[in-house]
Amino acid sequence: MMVFGPVRRRLAAAVATAAVAAALTGCSSPATPEPSGSTAVGGTITVFAAASLTDVFEDIAEDFEAAHPGARLEFNFAGSSALATQINEGAPADVFASASPATMKTVADAGNTDGEPVVFVRNQLVIAVEAGNPKGITGLADLTKPGITVALCAEQVPCGAAAKTAIEASGLTITPVSYEENVRAALSKVSLGEVDAALVYRTDAAVGDAVEAVDFPESAKAINDYLIAVLKDAPNKAAAEAFVAWVLSADGTAVLTRYGFQLP
Amino acid sequence: MVTDTSSGTGPSALDSPTSTVDRRRPARRLARRRVPAPLALPAAVALAFLVLPLVGLFVRAPWPTLPQRLTEPEVLAALRLSLVAATLATAVCLVLGVPLAWLLARVDFPGRRLARALVTVPLVLPPVVGGLALLLLLGRRGIIGQWLDKWFDATIPFTTSAVVIAEAFVAMPFLVIAVEGALRGVDDRYEEAAATLGASRWTTFRRVTLPLVAPGIAAGSVLCWARALGEFGATITFAGNFPGRTQTMPLSVYLLLETDPPAAIVLSLVLLAVSVAILVALREKWIGSPA
Amino acid sequence: MTTVDNPNSPPPAADRAASAVGLRAHLVVERTAFRLDIDLTVAPGEVVALLGPNGAGKTTALRALAGLTPLTDGRIDLDGTCLDDAAGTFVPPERRGVGVVFQDYLLFPHLSALENVAFGPRCRGASRTQARAIAHEWLARVGLADVAGRRPRQLSGGQAQRVALARALALRPALLLLDEPLAALDARTRLDTRAELHRHLADHPGATLVVTHDPLDAFVLADRLVIIENGRVVQEGDAATVTARPRTDYVARLVGLNLYRGRADGHTVALPTGMALTTADTVHGDAFVAFPPAAVALHSDPLQGSPRNTWSATVTGVTRHGDNIRVQLAGGPGEASADITPAAAAALRLEPGQQLWAAVKATETRAYPAG
Repeated sequence: MMVFGPVRRRLAAAVATAAVAAALTGCSSPATPEPSGSTAVGGTITVFAAASLTDVFEDIAEDFEAAHPGARLEFNFAGSSALATQINEGAPADVFASASPATMKTVADAGNTDGEPVVFVRNQLVIAVEAGNPKGITGLADLTKPGITVALCAEQVPCGAAAKTAIEASGLTITPVSYEENVRAALSKVSLGEVDAALVYRTDAAVGDAVEAVDFPESAKAINDYLIAVLKDAPNKAAAEAFVAWVLSADGTAVLTRYGFQLP
Repeated sequence: MVTDTSSGTGPSALDSPTSTVDRRRPARRLARRRVPAPLALPAAVALAFLVLPLVGLFVRAPWPTLPQRLTEPEVLAALRLSLVAATLATAVCLVLGVPLAWLLARVDFPGRRLARALVTVPLVLPPVVGGLALLLLLGRRGIIGQWLDKWFDATIPFTTSAVVIAEAFVAMPFLVIAVEGALRGVDDRYEEAAATLGASRWTTFRRVTLPLVAPGIAAGSVLCWARALGEFGATITFAGNFPGRTQTMPLSVYLLLETDPPAAIVLSLVLLAVSVAILVALREKWIGSPA
Repeated sequence: MTTVDNPNSPPPAADRAASAVGLRAHLVVERTAFRLDIDLTVAPGEVVALLGPNGAGKTTALRALAGLTPLTDGRIDLDGTCLDDAAGTFVPPERRGVGVVFQDYLLFPHLSALENVAFGPRCRGASRTQARAIAHEWLARVGLADVAGRRPRQLSGGQAQRVALARALALRPALLLLDEPLAALDARTRLDTRAELHRHLADHPGATLVVTHDPLDAFVLADRLVIIENGRVVQEGDAATVTARPRTDYVARLVGLNLYRGRADGHTVALPTGMALTTADTVHGDAFVAFPPAAVALHSDPLQGSPRNTWSATVTGVTRHGDNIRVQLAGGPGEASADITPAAAAALRLEPGQQLWAAVKATETRAYPAG
C-alpha cells in the first residue's frame, strides 16, 4: 500500500487535471464528482508526519484527494524529533503530525504552529512477540526472565519514552540487549528472531504477519498522544486546514481506528 | 676495426649520489609555479564545500557548556568504544583485506573481474541494508549464526564484536581498493628478482611486496579507519544500540539529535577533533621517517 | 672462490651429474607473431654473450632460463638436472640456482646494499649472521664495503651495478645471467665497470650468459658469442672469428665491416648488383666479401690503371665517427661505409647526392665461403 500510494495520488491528480481541462473545453463530464468548496482546496499540501503514521496517512490521503480533485498530498515520514528539527530549521511544510506531545511542543514553543495543536489519536504499547508466541510471554514480568532477550526503543524517541514510563509503573527492571533508534527497528528485531520481545505501539505490531501483539496492563500508564497542527509559515494554508479538518472528521477517524489507533 | 659506437651517446650527467639529490630540485620548483585558474577555482570551491558545513557545526556548538558535556561518562564511553571498535575493525580489514588485494592484483584466477566488482558492493549498498545482510548471515536465525547459537551458545548481534564486524564490512573496500592500486603500481619485476634469489612467493610477499606497498597500506588503513569511525547504519542495524557495549559516537549523536541537538553537535565535534588529531599525528610520523 | 661457507647451495648443484655439466638448452618460446628457437650450451667457467638487435629474443631467452617465462617447447638442463622440458618438469625460479643481474638491477629500494646482498642467502636458509657475513664478503669483493649501509637510491649507477652483481653471485649460482649489465651506465662509468665486471665473470666458476646488444661488452666480457636475429641463431664463435668473418648484415655492422654476398670464382666475387670484387683470398662458390670502412678511399676523379676495385658512388649520408668522418655510399657493390679523415672530407666538399669514385685494394678485402 505504501508503495502504491504516491502513484495512485499522481493518477488522481492526473484525472483531476483532465477533468478541469474537459470543463474548460465545454465537454461536461457528469462522472467526475465536484464537491463544493473545492475551489479553495487545491495545489500541493506538504505533510511532515511521524513514521508510525505512514500507512494510515497514505490511506487517508487517497480519500482526501478523491474528494478534493486538484489537491495533492506530499508526505515526509520520519522520526518526529527529526521532523521537528527540520521544521524549526525552516523546512517548507504545511502540516506537522507528531507522535509525541514533547516534540510538538518544541515546534509550538518556537512559534512555528498556527493555532493550538490538537490531539487526534492515541497509541498504546504492546509486547510484540514472534507469531505463535513461542516463548509464551503473557506480561511484562516474563521479560525479566533469564534467556528472554528484549529490544526497547531508545528513550530519546517517543516509543522509548513511553516504554520507560510503563516499565517504571510496573516496578520491574528490564535490561534490553538494545535501545533501538525507532519503533520499526525494534519491531524488525522481533520479526527477524534476533530478540524474543520488544515494546512497540499496537499500530506497529499490527503490520505484517511475522509478529503478534500481547497486551499488558501497565501500558495504560503510558498512552501516547499524537498531535496535529497547521504550521505558521504553511505555503498552502487553506488546503492544509482542510486536510487537518478531514483527519479529525468521521472520514479520517474511521481509517485511523481501522489501523488500531485509539481516539482521544 | 671495432668501434665503440656508444661513446658520446650515453647520458652526459655524472651518475653520482650528488647528482641524484640534485635531480629532485626542479620538481620542487615546478610545484611552486602558478596554479591555473581552471584548476584553482574548482579546487577552492571543493574545499569550501567540504569545510563550510563544519563551520556551521562550530557556530552552533554550545561552547559555554562544552567542558561539562565532554566529561559526561556516556560521552567518554561512546568515544572509547568508537576508537576501540574502529581500530579493531581496521585490524580485521588489514589481516583479511591485504591478502585479498594481493590476490586481486597478482593472481589471474577465473572470476577475478567479478570478485573485484563484488569487493565494492559494501560501498554501493546502503549501510542499513549491509547491517540487515549481516543479521541474515550471523544473526540468531542467520545462515551461519543459527549454528553458532546452537553449537556454541554464542550470539553475535548486540555485542561489541558485532560493532567491529559491521564496521569492517563497510570499511573493507576502502582498504582493498587502496592496497590493490598500490600493488598494481609496484613493478612486479622486483618480485621476479626476489624469486631468482630463492625467495618463495610467501617470502617475496613478506620481505619485498609488503614493504614496497607500505605507503598504500597506510593510506588504505587511514581511509578504512575513518570510515569505520563514522559508521552508523550497519552498526545500529546489526549491533543494536546499548551504551558502553554497542553505542558508538555516531549512534549517540543520532539519538541525541532527537532530543538535544546541541549535545549532538558537541559529540560530533569531539569525534571530528579526535580523528583529525590522530590522522595528523600518524601522517607526521609517516612523513618523518624515510620510506 | 669464496671462503665463506654457504650452507645452502642451490638444489641443482646438489644432484650435479658428473657427466653433463654446465648449461645445455634448447629454448623454444612462442608468442603471437614471434618465435624464439635457439640452442645454447655454456660450460662451467665459460662466459657466453648472447648478442642481437632489439626484438631478437635475447630477453625472452634470459627469462626462460631464469624460469620467469615457461618454455613452449625444448628443454633446459643445468649441471645434469632438467629445469624445464616444456611438458611435465618446470622448476620455479626460486629453486633453479640461476642468478640474474637485471638490466636496471632491481635492487630492493627498502633494503640497504648489505641487506640486498644478504637477501638470497637468507632465503636459502642461512642465519641472519651467516647471511650478513656472506653479504659483507661479497660487497668487499666488488669493492663496496664502505657503502654497505646505503639504500639503493643513495648509490651511483656503477655502485648499484656492482651490488646487483654481488647479490646474484652471493648464491654461487650454477648459471649466472646478466641482462644488458652495462646499458644503464654512462660512458665513463661503463669503461671502468666493464673491466671490473670482466674480472668477476672470469672468476665465476659457474656458467655465465651475458645478454647484450653492445658488441664491445660482448667482446670484452665473453669467451664466445652467440648472435641471434628474429629468434634464431645466425652466427656463433669466438670474437676473432666473428669479427673477421661476419655472416649477416647485422653482424657486419656490429663489427664495423662492409659485407657483401656473391658467387666466387678464384679471386673474383660476382655480386648481385653486377659488380665483381677482386680479392686476395681464393674462394669458390657462394661467398662473403668483407672490408672495413677505413679501407675505402674516395676520389673526385676516376682512377686510371690501379689494381683496385673502383666504382662510381653517390653520397647518401655524412656523420662524425670518432675522430673520422663516416660517409655512406650507394652504388657499386651496394650500400657501403667509408671512413675518411676530416681533412680529406674538407678537400672533397662532401654533401649528400654528390658523385664520387670509391676504391678498395684487393689486399684489404677478405673473402670466405657462405655455405
